[in-house]
Amino acid sequence: MQGISLEAAPSAESAAPSEAMEASSIAVSASSVGHSFGRLETLRDVSIEAARGETVAIVGPSGCGKSTLLELIAGLAQPTAGEIAVAGVTAAGERLDRCAWMPQRDGLLPWRRAVDNAALGLRLSGIGRREARERASVLLRRLGLGEFESSYPRELSGGMRQRVAFARTLLAGRGVLLLDEPFAAVDAITRADLQVWLRQTLREEGRTTLLVTHDVEEALYLGDRVLVLSPRPGQVVWDATAPPPRPAEDRAAEVNSPQFVELRRRALERLAEAMRT
Amino acid sequence: MSPAPRTRLATVLAPLLLVGLLIGAWQIASDTGALASLLGLEPFFVPSPAEIATSLWEDRSILAENAWVTLREVLAGFSVALVLGVVLAAILHLSPVLRRAVYPLVVASQTIPIIVVAPIFVIWFGFGIGPKIAIIALICFFPIVVNTLDGLAQAPADSSRLMRSLGAGRLRTFTTLEAPTALPYLFSGAKIAVAVAVIGAVFGEWAGASSGLGYLMLLDAPQVGQVPRLFASVFVLSAMAIALFAALALAERRLVWWGSER
Repeated sequence: MQGISLEAAPSAESAAPSEAMEASSIAVSASSVGHSFGRLETLRDVSIEAARGETVAIVGPSGCGKSTLLELIAGLAQPTAGEIAVAGVTAAGERLDRCAWMPQRDGLLPWRRAVDNAALGLRLSGIGRREARERASVLLRRLGLGEFESSYPRELSGGMRQRVAFARTLLAGRGVLLLDEPFAAVDAITRADLQVWLRQTLREEGRTTLLVTHDVEEALYLGDRVLVLSPRPGQVVWDATAPPPRPAEDRAAEVNSPQFVELRRRALERLAEAMRT
Repeated sequence: MSPAPRTRLATVLAPLLLVGLLIGAWQIASDTGALASLLGLEPFFVPSPAEIATSLWEDRSILAENAWVTLREVLAGFSVALVLGVVLAAILHLSPVLRRAVYPLVVASQTIPIIVVAPIFVIWFGFGIGPKIAIIALICFFPIVVNTLDGLAQAPADSSRLMRSLGAGRLRTFTTLEAPTALPYLFSGAKIAVAVAVIGAVFGEWAGASSGLGYLMLLDAPQVGQVPRLFASVFVLSAMAIALFAALALAERRLVWWGSER
Protein backbone atom coordinates (compact mmCIF):
# COMPACT_ATOMS: atom_id res chain seq x y z
CA MET A 1 0.00 0.00 0.00
CA GLN A 2 1.29 3.39 -0.92
CA GLY A 3 0.28 6.71 0.48
CA ILE A 4 1.06 9.68 -1.63
CA SER A 5 -0.09 12.99 -0.38
CA LEU A 6 -0.06 16.08 -2.47
CA GLU A 7 -1.06 18.34 0.33
CA ALA A 8 -0.19 17.65 3.88
CA ALA A 9 -2.74 14.89 3.98
CA PRO A 10 -1.93 11.96 6.25
CA SER A 11 -0.74 9.05 4.19
CA ALA A 12 -2.68 5.85 4.39
CA GLU A 13 -0.13 3.91 6.38
CA SER A 14 0.42 6.55 9.02
CA ALA A 15 -0.77 6.10 12.59
CA ALA A 16 -2.91 3.38 14.07
CA PRO A 17 -6.61 4.07 13.50
CA SER A 18 -9.23 3.83 16.23
CA GLU A 19 -7.02 4.78 19.16
CA ALA A 20 -5.35 7.74 17.64
CA MET A 21 -8.43 9.25 16.08
CA GLU A 22 -10.27 12.01 17.77
CA ALA A 23 -13.87 10.93 17.92
CA SER A 24 -15.01 14.45 17.27
CA SER A 25 -13.24 15.09 14.01
CA ILE A 26 -13.29 11.63 12.41
CA ALA A 27 -16.74 10.67 11.13
CA VAL A 28 -15.85 7.41 9.42
CA SER A 29 -12.94 5.13 9.95
CA ALA A 30 -12.26 1.72 8.49
CA SER A 31 -9.15 -0.06 9.62
CA SER A 32 -7.64 -3.03 7.84
CA VAL A 33 -11.01 -4.06 6.47
CA GLY A 34 -11.18 -7.25 4.48
CA HIS A 35 -14.15 -8.94 2.88
CA SER A 36 -14.84 -12.11 0.91
CA PHE A 37 -17.83 -13.67 -0.75
CA GLY A 38 -17.15 -17.28 -0.01
CA ARG A 39 -13.75 -17.92 -1.56
CA LEU A 40 -13.79 -14.75 -3.57
CA GLU A 41 -11.79 -12.05 -1.83
CA THR A 42 -13.29 -8.67 -2.62
CA LEU A 43 -11.38 -6.31 -0.30
CA ARG A 44 -7.99 -6.64 1.40
CA ASP A 45 -6.62 -4.54 4.21
CA VAL A 46 -8.47 -1.36 3.34
CA SER A 47 -8.05 1.52 5.75
CA ILE A 48 -9.78 4.82 5.22
CA GLU A 49 -10.77 7.77 7.28
CA ALA A 50 -13.14 10.59 6.58
CA ALA A 51 -13.15 13.73 8.67
CA ARG A 52 -16.37 15.40 9.64
CA GLY A 53 -17.79 17.33 6.72
CA GLU A 54 -15.27 15.90 4.30
CA THR A 55 -16.10 14.35 0.93
CA VAL A 56 -13.99 11.31 0.19
CA ALA A 57 -14.20 9.92 -3.33
CA ILE A 58 -13.26 6.30 -3.83
CA VAL A 59 -12.38 5.41 -7.37
CA GLY A 60 -11.54 2.04 -8.80
CA PRO A 61 -12.19 -0.31 -11.70
CA SER A 62 -15.43 -2.26 -11.96
CA GLY A 63 -15.57 -5.15 -9.57
CA CYS A 64 -12.89 -3.85 -7.22
CA GLY A 65 -15.23 -4.08 -4.26
CA LYS A 66 -15.84 -0.37 -3.86
CA SER A 67 -19.60 -0.80 -3.70
CA THR A 68 -19.08 -3.54 -1.15
CA LEU A 69 -16.93 -1.16 0.87
CA LEU A 70 -19.82 1.29 1.10
CA GLU A 71 -22.22 -1.46 2.11
CA LEU A 72 -19.80 -2.58 4.79
CA ILE A 73 -19.54 0.94 6.15
CA ALA A 74 -23.31 1.30 6.05
CA GLY A 75 -23.66 -1.82 8.17
CA LEU A 76 -25.55 -3.65 5.41
CA ALA A 77 -22.90 -6.35 5.29
CA GLN A 78 -20.24 -7.65 7.65
CA PRO A 79 -16.51 -7.36 6.97
CA THR A 80 -14.57 -10.60 7.33
CA ALA A 81 -11.65 -8.70 8.83
CA GLY A 82 -10.94 -5.34 10.39
CA GLU A 83 -13.10 -2.80 12.12
CA ILE A 84 -15.38 -0.04 10.95
CA ALA A 85 -16.59 2.88 13.00
CA VAL A 86 -19.11 5.51 12.04
CA ALA A 87 -19.32 8.42 14.45
CA GLY A 88 -17.47 6.28 16.95
CA VAL A 89 -19.97 3.42 16.72
CA THR A 90 -18.83 0.00 15.52
CA ALA A 91 -21.87 -2.33 15.74
CA ALA A 92 -23.38 -2.92 12.29
CA GLY A 93 -26.95 -2.27 13.38
CA GLU A 94 -25.99 1.05 14.92
CA ARG A 95 -23.90 2.06 11.92
CA LEU A 96 -27.02 1.53 9.85
CA ASP A 97 -28.73 4.26 11.87
CA ARG A 98 -25.88 6.67 11.22
CA CYS A 99 -25.52 6.26 7.47
CA ALA A 100 -27.66 7.34 4.55
CA TRP A 101 -26.94 4.99 1.68
CA MET A 102 -27.76 5.69 -1.93
CA PRO A 103 -27.59 2.55 -4.08
CA GLN A 104 -26.34 2.56 -7.64
CA ARG A 105 -29.82 2.06 -9.04
CA ASP A 106 -32.08 4.89 -7.93
CA GLY A 107 -34.42 2.45 -6.21
CA LEU A 108 -37.39 4.77 -6.63
CA LEU A 109 -40.72 3.07 -6.13
CA PRO A 110 -42.59 3.42 -9.44
CA TRP A 111 -45.96 3.67 -7.69
CA ARG A 112 -44.98 6.67 -5.59
CA ARG A 113 -44.77 10.28 -6.64
CA ALA A 114 -41.38 12.02 -6.50
CA VAL A 115 -42.32 13.73 -3.25
CA ASP A 116 -43.38 10.46 -1.63
CA ASN A 117 -40.25 8.71 -2.85
CA ALA A 118 -38.13 11.47 -1.35
CA ALA A 119 -40.11 11.23 1.89
CA LEU A 120 -39.76 7.44 2.12
CA GLY A 121 -37.15 7.48 4.87
CA LEU A 122 -39.13 9.99 6.90
CA ARG A 123 -42.28 7.88 6.61
CA LEU A 124 -40.39 4.75 7.59
CA SER A 125 -39.06 6.44 10.68
CA GLY A 126 -42.59 7.13 11.78
CA ILE A 127 -43.14 10.73 10.70
CA GLY A 128 -46.69 11.53 9.60
CA ARG A 129 -47.55 11.75 5.94
CA ARG A 130 -48.27 15.45 5.89
CA GLU A 131 -45.10 16.52 7.66
CA ALA A 132 -42.96 14.10 5.65
CA ARG A 133 -44.41 15.43 2.41
CA GLU A 134 -43.90 18.99 3.44
CA ARG A 135 -40.26 18.47 4.26
CA ALA A 136 -39.66 16.47 1.09
CA SER A 137 -41.39 19.13 -0.93
CA VAL A 138 -39.20 21.89 0.52
CA LEU A 139 -36.06 19.92 -0.30
CA LEU A 140 -37.18 19.02 -3.82
CA ARG A 141 -37.80 22.69 -4.52
CA ARG A 142 -34.34 23.47 -3.26
CA LEU A 143 -32.89 20.76 -5.50
CA GLY A 144 -34.64 22.28 -8.49
CA LEU A 145 -37.39 19.68 -8.75
CA GLY A 146 -40.27 21.79 -7.46
CA GLU A 147 -42.35 21.34 -10.58
CA PHE A 148 -41.92 17.62 -10.58
CA GLU A 149 -42.81 16.70 -7.04
CA SER A 150 -46.11 15.17 -8.14
CA SER A 151 -44.57 13.25 -11.03
CA TYR A 152 -44.06 9.53 -11.00
CA PRO A 153 -40.54 8.16 -11.58
CA ARG A 154 -41.31 7.00 -15.13
CA GLU A 155 -42.18 10.60 -16.00
CA LEU A 156 -38.75 11.83 -14.91
CA SER A 157 -35.47 11.85 -16.79
CA GLY A 158 -32.56 9.80 -15.51
CA GLY A 159 -30.92 12.87 -14.01
CA MET A 160 -34.09 13.90 -12.20
CA ARG A 161 -34.54 10.42 -10.83
CA GLN A 162 -31.03 10.55 -9.40
CA ARG A 163 -31.80 13.85 -7.76
CA VAL A 164 -35.00 12.48 -6.23
CA ALA A 165 -33.01 9.50 -4.95
CA PHE A 166 -30.46 11.92 -3.56
CA ALA A 167 -33.22 13.89 -1.83
CA ARG A 168 -34.44 10.64 -0.28
CA THR A 169 -30.89 10.00 0.93
CA LEU A 170 -30.52 13.46 2.44
CA LEU A 171 -33.91 13.25 4.14
CA ALA A 172 -33.10 9.90 5.71
CA GLY A 173 -31.61 12.18 8.33
CA ARG A 174 -28.72 9.86 9.06
CA GLY A 175 -25.28 11.38 9.49
CA VAL A 176 -22.91 10.11 6.83
CA LEU A 177 -23.83 10.09 3.15
CA LEU A 178 -22.74 6.99 1.26
CA LEU A 179 -23.22 7.47 -2.47
CA ASP A 180 -22.65 4.47 -4.73
CA GLU A 181 -21.93 5.60 -8.29
CA PRO A 182 -24.67 8.18 -8.11
CA PHE A 183 -24.37 9.17 -11.77
CA ALA A 184 -23.38 5.90 -13.40
CA ALA A 185 -26.70 5.60 -15.19
CA VAL A 186 -26.96 9.03 -16.81
CA ASP A 187 -25.52 10.43 -20.04
CA ALA A 188 -22.28 12.40 -20.09
CA ILE A 189 -23.76 15.89 -20.33
CA THR A 190 -26.30 15.30 -17.59
CA ARG A 191 -23.54 13.75 -15.60
CA ALA A 192 -21.37 16.86 -15.76
CA ASP A 193 -24.35 19.00 -14.74
CA LEU A 194 -25.15 16.71 -11.87
CA GLN A 195 -21.55 16.80 -10.65
CA VAL A 196 -21.63 20.58 -10.45
CA TRP A 197 -24.98 20.40 -8.74
CA LEU A 198 -23.88 17.72 -6.28
CA ARG A 199 -20.72 19.54 -5.24
CA GLN A 200 -22.72 22.67 -4.65
CA THR A 201 -25.30 20.77 -2.62
CA LEU A 202 -22.72 18.89 -0.59
CA ARG A 203 -21.00 22.15 0.22
CA GLU A 204 -24.26 23.62 1.45
CA GLU A 205 -25.14 20.54 3.43
CA GLY A 206 -21.72 20.11 5.02
CA ARG A 207 -22.36 16.41 5.47
CA THR A 208 -19.59 13.85 5.63
CA THR A 209 -19.77 12.00 2.33
CA LEU A 210 -18.20 8.87 0.91
CA LEU A 211 -18.69 8.62 -2.79
CA VAL A 212 -17.83 5.68 -4.99
CA THR A 213 -17.21 6.02 -8.71
CA HIS A 214 -15.27 4.41 -11.54
CA ASP A 215 -14.62 7.79 -13.11
CA VAL A 216 -11.33 9.40 -12.06
CA GLU A 217 -12.38 12.84 -13.19
CA GLU A 218 -15.61 12.63 -11.22
CA ALA A 219 -13.70 11.54 -8.14
CA LEU A 220 -11.22 14.39 -8.43
CA TYR A 221 -13.91 16.92 -9.12
CA LEU A 222 -16.21 15.92 -6.26
CA GLY A 223 -13.84 14.65 -3.61
CA ASP A 224 -11.91 16.66 -1.06
CA ARG A 225 -9.82 13.55 -1.00
CA VAL A 226 -9.49 10.75 -3.48
CA LEU A 227 -8.67 7.13 -2.83
CA VAL A 228 -7.77 4.79 -5.65
CA LEU A 229 -8.58 1.13 -5.20
CA SER A 230 -6.84 -1.66 -7.07
CA PRO A 231 -8.77 -4.41 -8.88
CA ARG A 232 -10.10 -7.26 -6.77
CA PRO A 233 -9.17 -7.79 -4.05
CA GLY A 234 -9.48 -4.04 -3.62
CA GLN A 235 -6.62 -2.31 -1.86
CA VAL A 236 -5.93 1.37 -1.44
CA VAL A 237 -3.12 2.18 -3.85
CA TRP A 238 -3.34 5.95 -3.78
CA ASP A 239 -4.59 8.42 -1.22
CA ALA A 240 -4.51 11.99 -2.38
CA THR A 241 -5.96 15.28 -1.44
CA ALA A 242 -7.67 16.83 -4.39
CA PRO A 243 -6.98 20.47 -5.20
CA PRO A 244 -8.79 22.55 -2.60
CA PRO A 245 -8.84 25.87 -4.44
CA ARG A 246 -12.05 25.55 -6.36
CA PRO A 247 -13.09 29.01 -7.35
CA ALA A 248 -14.65 28.21 -10.65
CA GLU A 249 -18.28 27.38 -10.95
CA ASP A 250 -17.10 26.63 -14.44
CA ARG A 251 -16.53 22.93 -14.39
CA ALA A 252 -14.78 22.79 -17.74
CA ALA A 253 -12.21 25.40 -16.69
CA GLU A 254 -11.46 23.58 -13.49
CA VAL A 255 -11.22 20.15 -15.02
CA ASN A 256 -8.82 21.48 -17.64
CA SER A 257 -6.61 23.40 -15.21
CA PRO A 258 -2.99 22.20 -15.19
CA GLN A 259 -3.24 21.14 -11.57
CA PHE A 260 -6.30 19.04 -12.21
CA VAL A 261 -4.90 17.49 -15.34
CA GLU A 262 -1.72 16.56 -13.49
CA LEU A 263 -3.70 14.95 -10.69
CA ARG A 264 -5.80 13.03 -13.13
CA ARG A 265 -2.67 11.83 -14.92
CA ARG A 266 -1.17 10.56 -11.70
CA ALA A 267 -4.38 8.90 -10.58
CA LEU A 268 -4.75 7.11 -13.89
CA GLU A 269 -1.13 6.09 -13.73
CA ARG A 270 -1.68 4.55 -10.32
CA LEU A 271 -4.76 2.80 -11.54
CA ALA A 272 -2.99 1.41 -14.59
CA GLU A 273 -0.11 0.26 -12.43
CA ALA A 274 -2.48 -1.53 -10.09
CA MET A 275 -4.28 -3.18 -12.99
CA ARG A 276 -1.01 -4.54 -14.38
CA THR A 277 0.06 -6.29 -11.20
CA MET B 1 -49.97 11.42 -33.72
CA SER B 2 -48.98 8.09 -32.31
CA PRO B 3 -50.00 4.96 -34.15
CA ALA B 4 -51.73 3.75 -30.99
CA PRO B 5 -55.41 3.89 -32.08
CA ARG B 6 -54.68 2.08 -35.30
CA THR B 7 -52.70 -0.62 -33.48
CA ARG B 8 -55.48 -1.04 -30.96
CA LEU B 9 -58.05 -1.39 -33.73
CA ALA B 10 -55.87 -4.00 -35.37
CA THR B 11 -55.49 -6.01 -32.17
CA VAL B 12 -59.28 -6.16 -31.87
CA LEU B 13 -60.05 -6.65 -35.53
CA ALA B 14 -57.47 -9.29 -36.34
CA PRO B 15 -58.80 -12.00 -34.01
CA LEU B 16 -62.42 -11.09 -34.85
CA LEU B 17 -61.67 -11.47 -38.51
CA LEU B 18 -60.04 -14.83 -37.98
CA VAL B 19 -62.91 -16.10 -35.83
CA GLY B 20 -65.38 -14.87 -38.44
CA LEU B 21 -63.53 -16.70 -41.18
CA LEU B 22 -63.39 -19.92 -39.19
CA ILE B 23 -67.10 -19.77 -38.38
CA GLY B 24 -67.90 -19.06 -42.01
CA ALA B 25 -65.82 -22.03 -43.13
CA TRP B 26 -67.47 -24.22 -40.51
CA GLN B 27 -70.93 -23.11 -41.68
CA ILE B 28 -70.16 -23.91 -45.28
CA ALA B 29 -68.60 -27.24 -44.35
CA SER B 30 -71.69 -28.19 -42.34
CA ASP B 31 -74.17 -27.02 -44.97
CA THR B 32 -72.53 -29.07 -47.69
CA GLY B 33 -72.18 -32.06 -45.36
CA ALA B 34 -68.43 -31.99 -45.93
CA LEU B 35 -67.59 -31.73 -42.25
CA ALA B 36 -69.76 -34.69 -41.21
CA SER B 37 -68.43 -36.94 -43.96
CA LEU B 38 -64.88 -35.86 -43.15
CA LEU B 39 -65.44 -36.93 -39.54
CA GLY B 40 -67.37 -40.00 -40.66
CA LEU B 41 -70.43 -38.95 -38.67
CA GLU B 42 -74.13 -38.53 -39.23
CA PRO B 43 -74.86 -34.87 -40.04
CA PHE B 44 -77.02 -34.37 -36.90
CA PHE B 45 -73.95 -34.99 -34.72
CA VAL B 46 -72.21 -32.02 -36.30
CA PRO B 47 -74.26 -28.87 -35.79
CA SER B 48 -73.57 -25.82 -37.87
CA PRO B 49 -72.82 -22.44 -36.28
CA ALA B 50 -76.31 -21.32 -37.30
CA GLU B 51 -77.89 -24.24 -35.44
CA ILE B 52 -75.80 -23.49 -32.35
CA ALA B 53 -76.80 -19.84 -32.56
CA THR B 54 -80.43 -20.86 -32.80
CA SER B 55 -80.04 -23.04 -29.71
CA LEU B 56 -78.32 -20.17 -27.88
CA TRP B 57 -81.37 -18.04 -28.56
CA GLU B 58 -84.14 -20.60 -28.09
CA ASP B 59 -82.65 -22.25 -25.01
CA ARG B 60 -81.47 -18.95 -23.56
CA SER B 61 -83.39 -19.26 -20.33
CA ILE B 62 -82.21 -22.77 -19.47
CA LEU B 63 -78.66 -21.89 -20.56
CA ALA B 64 -78.66 -18.69 -18.51
CA GLU B 65 -80.10 -20.45 -15.48
CA ASN B 66 -77.39 -23.11 -15.53
CA ALA B 67 -74.66 -20.67 -16.49
CA TRP B 68 -75.58 -18.59 -13.46
CA VAL B 69 -75.13 -21.66 -11.23
CA THR B 70 -71.72 -22.39 -12.74
CA LEU B 71 -70.66 -18.75 -12.59
CA ARG B 72 -71.47 -18.61 -8.89
CA GLU B 73 -69.41 -21.74 -8.27
CA VAL B 74 -66.51 -20.30 -10.25
CA LEU B 75 -66.61 -16.95 -8.50
CA ALA B 76 -66.85 -18.54 -5.06
CA GLY B 77 -64.09 -21.09 -5.71
CA PHE B 78 -61.82 -18.51 -7.31
CA SER B 79 -62.33 -16.06 -4.45
CA VAL B 80 -61.53 -18.70 -1.86
CA ALA B 81 -58.35 -19.62 -3.77
CA LEU B 82 -57.40 -15.97 -4.19
CA VAL B 83 -57.65 -15.17 -0.50
CA LEU B 84 -56.04 -18.38 0.72
CA GLY B 85 -53.41 -18.32 -2.03
CA VAL B 86 -52.29 -14.76 -1.39
CA VAL B 87 -52.23 -15.24 2.37
CA LEU B 88 -50.26 -18.48 2.06
CA ALA B 89 -47.83 -16.90 -0.42
CA ALA B 90 -47.23 -14.02 2.01
CA ILE B 91 -46.64 -16.39 4.91
CA LEU B 92 -44.30 -18.63 2.92
CA HIS B 93 -42.40 -15.59 1.67
CA LEU B 94 -41.91 -14.21 5.16
CA SER B 95 -40.87 -17.55 6.64
CA PRO B 96 -38.23 -19.44 4.65
CA VAL B 97 -38.51 -22.36 7.07
CA LEU B 98 -42.24 -22.74 6.45
CA ARG B 99 -41.63 -22.26 2.78
CA ARG B 100 -39.25 -25.18 2.62
CA ALA B 101 -41.71 -27.30 4.57
CA VAL B 102 -44.95 -26.36 2.84
CA TYR B 103 -44.00 -25.63 -0.76
CA PRO B 104 -43.57 -29.29 -1.77
CA LEU B 105 -47.06 -29.94 -0.44
CA VAL B 106 -48.44 -27.11 -2.55
CA VAL B 107 -46.80 -28.66 -5.60
CA ALA B 108 -48.01 -32.13 -4.62
CA SER B 109 -51.57 -30.83 -4.38
CA GLN B 110 -51.37 -30.13 -8.11
CA THR B 111 -50.26 -33.59 -9.09
CA ILE B 112 -53.53 -35.17 -7.99
CA PRO B 113 -55.75 -35.26 -11.07
CA ILE B 114 -58.78 -33.10 -10.42
CA ILE B 115 -61.02 -35.58 -12.20
CA VAL B 116 -60.14 -38.12 -9.50
CA VAL B 117 -60.62 -35.67 -6.67
CA ALA B 118 -64.02 -34.50 -7.85
CA PRO B 119 -66.02 -37.67 -6.99
CA ILE B 120 -64.24 -37.92 -3.63
CA PHE B 121 -65.24 -34.37 -2.76
CA VAL B 122 -68.83 -35.14 -3.80
CA ILE B 123 -68.85 -38.17 -1.50
CA TRP B 124 -67.45 -36.06 1.33
CA PHE B 125 -69.35 -32.83 0.87
CA GLY B 126 -72.55 -33.89 -0.89
CA PHE B 127 -74.22 -32.65 -4.05
CA GLY B 128 -74.44 -28.99 -3.14
CA ILE B 129 -72.20 -26.10 -4.13
CA GLY B 130 -69.60 -27.08 -1.47
CA PRO B 131 -67.61 -29.70 -3.40
CA LYS B 132 -67.61 -27.54 -6.56
CA ILE B 133 -66.13 -24.62 -4.67
CA ALA B 134 -63.53 -26.95 -3.15
CA ILE B 135 -62.54 -28.37 -6.54
CA ILE B 136 -62.34 -24.98 -8.22
CA ALA B 137 -60.37 -23.56 -5.31
CA LEU B 138 -57.97 -26.50 -5.48
CA ILE B 139 -57.33 -25.85 -9.19
CA CYS B 140 -57.03 -22.06 -8.82
CA PHE B 141 -54.91 -22.14 -5.71
CA PHE B 142 -51.72 -23.36 -7.36
CA PRO B 143 -51.10 -20.73 -10.05
CA ILE B 144 -51.99 -17.99 -7.58
CA VAL B 145 -49.59 -19.19 -4.87
CA VAL B 146 -46.72 -19.91 -7.23
CA ASN B 147 -46.95 -16.64 -9.14
CA THR B 148 -47.46 -14.49 -6.06
CA LEU B 149 -44.55 -16.16 -4.33
CA ASP B 150 -42.37 -15.52 -7.38
CA GLY B 151 -43.52 -11.93 -7.48
CA LEU B 152 -42.71 -11.33 -3.84
CA ALA B 153 -39.11 -12.34 -4.54
CA GLN B 154 -38.78 -9.98 -7.51
CA ALA B 155 -37.86 -6.82 -5.63
CA PRO B 156 -34.22 -6.03 -6.53
CA ALA B 157 -31.71 -6.81 -3.78
CA ASP B 158 -30.62 -3.18 -3.88
CA SER B 159 -34.13 -2.01 -3.13
CA SER B 160 -34.48 -4.40 -0.18
CA ARG B 161 -31.19 -3.16 1.25
CA LEU B 162 -32.31 0.40 0.66
CA MET B 163 -35.45 -0.27 2.70
CA ARG B 164 -33.32 -1.71 5.44
CA SER B 165 -30.96 1.25 5.39
CA LEU B 166 -33.94 3.57 5.66
CA GLY B 167 -35.00 1.83 8.84
CA ALA B 168 -37.74 -0.44 7.50
CA GLY B 169 -38.30 -3.73 9.31
CA ARG B 170 -39.24 -6.98 7.61
CA LEU B 171 -42.95 -6.22 7.63
CA ARG B 172 -42.61 -2.64 6.37
CA THR B 173 -40.35 -3.84 3.56
CA PHE B 174 -43.05 -6.35 2.71
CA THR B 175 -45.89 -3.85 2.58
CA THR B 176 -43.95 -0.93 1.09
CA LEU B 177 -41.78 -2.71 -1.46
CA GLU B 178 -42.45 -6.40 -1.98
CA ALA B 179 -46.25 -6.50 -2.05
CA PRO B 180 -46.64 -3.84 -4.76
CA THR B 181 -43.82 -5.47 -6.73
CA ALA B 182 -45.68 -8.79 -6.58
CA LEU B 183 -49.00 -7.36 -7.75
CA PRO B 184 -48.50 -7.92 -11.50
CA TYR B 185 -47.37 -11.47 -10.77
CA LEU B 186 -50.42 -12.06 -8.62
CA PHE B 187 -52.56 -10.97 -11.56
CA SER B 188 -50.76 -13.36 -13.91
CA GLY B 189 -51.55 -16.19 -11.53
CA ALA B 190 -55.14 -15.07 -11.11
CA LYS B 191 -55.68 -14.89 -14.87
CA ILE B 192 -54.42 -18.43 -15.34
CA ALA B 193 -56.54 -19.54 -12.40
CA VAL B 194 -59.77 -18.05 -13.66
CA ALA B 195 -59.27 -19.64 -17.07
CA VAL B 196 -58.97 -23.12 -15.56
CA ALA B 197 -61.64 -22.49 -12.93
CA VAL B 198 -64.45 -23.26 -15.38
CA ILE B 199 -62.86 -26.64 -16.10
CA GLY B 200 -62.94 -27.36 -12.38
CA ALA B 201 -66.59 -26.35 -12.26
CA VAL B 202 -67.51 -28.75 -15.05
CA PHE B 203 -65.61 -31.65 -13.45
CA GLY B 204 -67.33 -30.86 -10.17
CA GLU B 205 -70.72 -30.90 -11.80
CA TRP B 206 -69.99 -34.09 -13.69
CA ALA B 207 -69.17 -35.80 -10.43
CA GLY B 208 -72.63 -35.01 -9.11
CA ALA B 209 -74.91 -32.04 -9.53
CA SER B 210 -78.48 -31.09 -10.28
CA SER B 211 -77.75 -27.86 -12.13
CA GLY B 212 -74.99 -25.95 -13.89
CA LEU B 213 -73.59 -25.99 -17.42
CA GLY B 214 -71.63 -29.19 -16.77
CA TYR B 215 -74.79 -30.85 -15.55
CA LEU B 216 -76.67 -29.64 -18.63
CA MET B 217 -73.97 -31.13 -20.86
CA LEU B 218 -74.29 -34.52 -19.18
CA LEU B 219 -78.04 -34.27 -19.63
CA ASP B 220 -77.76 -33.39 -23.33
CA ALA B 221 -74.91 -35.62 -24.35
CA PRO B 222 -76.90 -38.86 -24.84
CA GLN B 223 -79.74 -37.08 -26.63
CA VAL B 224 -79.33 -36.83 -30.35
CA GLY B 225 -81.69 -33.89 -30.61
CA GLN B 226 -79.74 -31.81 -28.15
CA VAL B 227 -76.36 -31.73 -29.88
CA PRO B 228 -76.70 -28.03 -30.80
CA ARG B 229 -77.49 -27.21 -27.15
CA LEU B 230 -74.47 -29.20 -26.03
CA PHE B 231 -72.33 -27.02 -28.25
CA ALA B 232 -74.17 -23.95 -27.03
CA SER B 233 -73.25 -24.88 -23.43
CA VAL B 234 -69.62 -25.18 -24.42
CA PHE B 235 -69.85 -21.79 -26.08
CA VAL B 236 -71.36 -20.16 -23.01
CA LEU B 237 -68.78 -21.79 -20.76
CA SER B 238 -65.85 -20.55 -22.77
CA ALA B 239 -67.41 -17.09 -23.16
CA MET B 240 -67.66 -17.02 -19.38
CA ALA B 241 -63.98 -17.84 -18.96
CA ILE B 242 -62.97 -15.23 -21.51
CA ALA B 243 -65.13 -12.58 -19.83
CA LEU B 244 -63.65 -13.35 -16.41
CA PHE B 245 -60.14 -13.24 -17.86
CA ALA B 246 -60.88 -9.89 -19.50
CA ALA B 247 -62.30 -8.52 -16.25
CA LEU B 248 -59.09 -9.44 -14.45
CA ALA B 249 -56.96 -7.93 -17.21
CA LEU B 250 -58.95 -4.73 -16.84
CA ALA B 251 -58.57 -4.75 -13.07
CA GLU B 252 -54.85 -5.30 -13.53
CA ARG B 253 -54.51 -2.29 -15.76
CA ARG B 254 -56.34 -0.27 -13.15
CA LEU B 255 -54.38 -1.49 -10.13
CA VAL B 256 -50.93 -1.89 -11.67
CA TRP B 257 -51.18 1.44 -13.44
CA TRP B 258 -47.46 2.12 -13.13
CA GLY B 259 -46.74 -0.83 -15.42
CA SER B 260 -44.56 -3.69 -14.38
CA GLU B 261 -40.78 -3.76 -14.83
CA ARG B 262 -39.46 -1.70 -17.69
